[in-house]
Amino acid sequence: MMIKRADIVIIGGGIIGCSIAYNLAKKGCKNVVLFEKNSLASGATGRCGAGIRQQFGTKMNCILARESIKIFENLSQELDYDIELNQGGYLILAYTEKEVNQFKKNVALQQSLDIDVRFITVKEAKKVVPPLNTEDILAATFCPTDGHANPFKTNFAYAEAAQRLGVKIYTFTEVNEIETEDNRIVAVYTDKGKILTPTVINAAGGYSEVIGKMVGVDLPVYSQRHQILITEPVDPLFKPMLMSFSRNFYCQQTPHGSIIMGFGDPNEPKGDNIGTSWQFAREMAQKMTTVVPLLKEVSMVRQWAGLYNVSPDAQPILGEHPQVGGFYMAIGFSGHGFMLAPVASKLIAELILEGKTSLPIDKLDIGRFERGELILEPSVV
Amino acid sequence: MKDDIIICRCEDVTWGEIRQALEKGYTTLDEIKRVTRAGMGRCQGKACQKIILGEIAKFSHKKIEEVSISTFRPPTKPVKLGTLAGDDDD
Repeated sequence: MMIKRADIVIIGGGIIGCSIAYNLAKKGCKNVVLFEKNSLASGATGRCGAGIRQQFGTKMNCILARESIKIFENLSQELDYDIELNQGGYLILAYTEKEVNQFKKNVALQQSLDIDVRFITVKEAKKVVPPLNTEDILAATFCPTDGHANPFKTNFAYAEAAQRLGVKIYTFTEVNEIETEDNRIVAVYTDKGKILTPTVINAAGGYSEVIGKMVGVDLPVYSQRHQILITEPVDPLFKPMLMSFSRNFYCQQTPHGSIIMGFGDPNEPKGDNIGTSWQFAREMAQKMTTVVPLLKEVSMVRQWAGLYNVSPDAQPILGEHPQVGGFYMAIGFSGHGFMLAPVASKLIAELILEGKTSLPIDKLDIGRFERGELILEPSVV
Repeated sequence: MKDDIIICRCEDVTWGEIRQALEKGYTTLDEIKRVTRAGMGRCQGKACQKIILGEIAKFSHKKIEEVSISTFRPPTKPVKLGTLAGDDDD
């Protein structure tokens, strides 16, 4: 039987929802309930590229990512679950003069924020990734503390830790309706029953727009399919995530040995299609066998897709909705939800329970779009 | 069944690991796959999926046909990236 009343209801059992649940409970909030329409990590978290990086182009994303890595570094211990964190760095390749200039600016910004990153030559990049085909590469940036963690395990680690602290998680339970009264949240209706609550957190990722409509607001986010593939496990070939914005790819070998790779199709329509296409697999293989030719001999075993939840400036939307009291959002992560979850969830928990946050996130409010205060993140694949 | 019996041969997942996942409450094939990696290897579950489905059914007191299976993900067999990239026909 489902309980009848909760202090806080979280919608979404991905990394964002589960990490928020954990952080709320850790701060002493007793009656937290999480609803997930499928199983945990069944949406974007379980489908993501699993990378964790600090090399962003906006101050806000850099600070969030830097703080997130600090939490990731102790997370296995904190949650008592090995999340398989592996800090092999991110090597971001510059193929155009424009990128060289942008990367110099990015590195200056990142270094001013105490992120351990370097602008390096092609020769140095080749040393970091020996099988790299350096043709057309002009320079690169490298941050050795960037890396990778297991998204499933991180998601389950947060969920299990939250449950140990008393959070109730209902999987295979879909939210159908949210009731408001005088523009405040009063109840949530699921396919398993009704629950009274003054607070709802929208952590529904690719489906967060749908949740917004339930309280009568249009959220300025959209969902977009991103495809990805993985190879069989092979001997260690290279440590860092390889990434390019202009050539549009990311590719990393996981500690398990398999190599995961993806790119963002600029012609991908908005929507919630998560089917896969052979055209993607072909183009992906063409891209990566050019960048790392010895990958020609490695076999792909699986391809799939997931949804980015994209905001207009590719930075997340965190905070309460100005028109609906008690309706909080942790949405619009634009492909960076997994890597930003540890810090974003901590900040949302602080905001809800203490009314203030340890890092300034007032600029990540939903009102920034109406005010026209957009700082566009240039570094997105 | 003994805990050290290997159920997923591609990813070396033992019955003990699957049993523990079941006991923790991960009682769908998708969840077990995500917790243990069973079915994520070269054969994509062709060898182990039926065994795990049977064990889920037994554990949850369901008929095997009531246990939902994982999404089939291409390709059917592993394909070399070089072949996919078109090296063979270009």
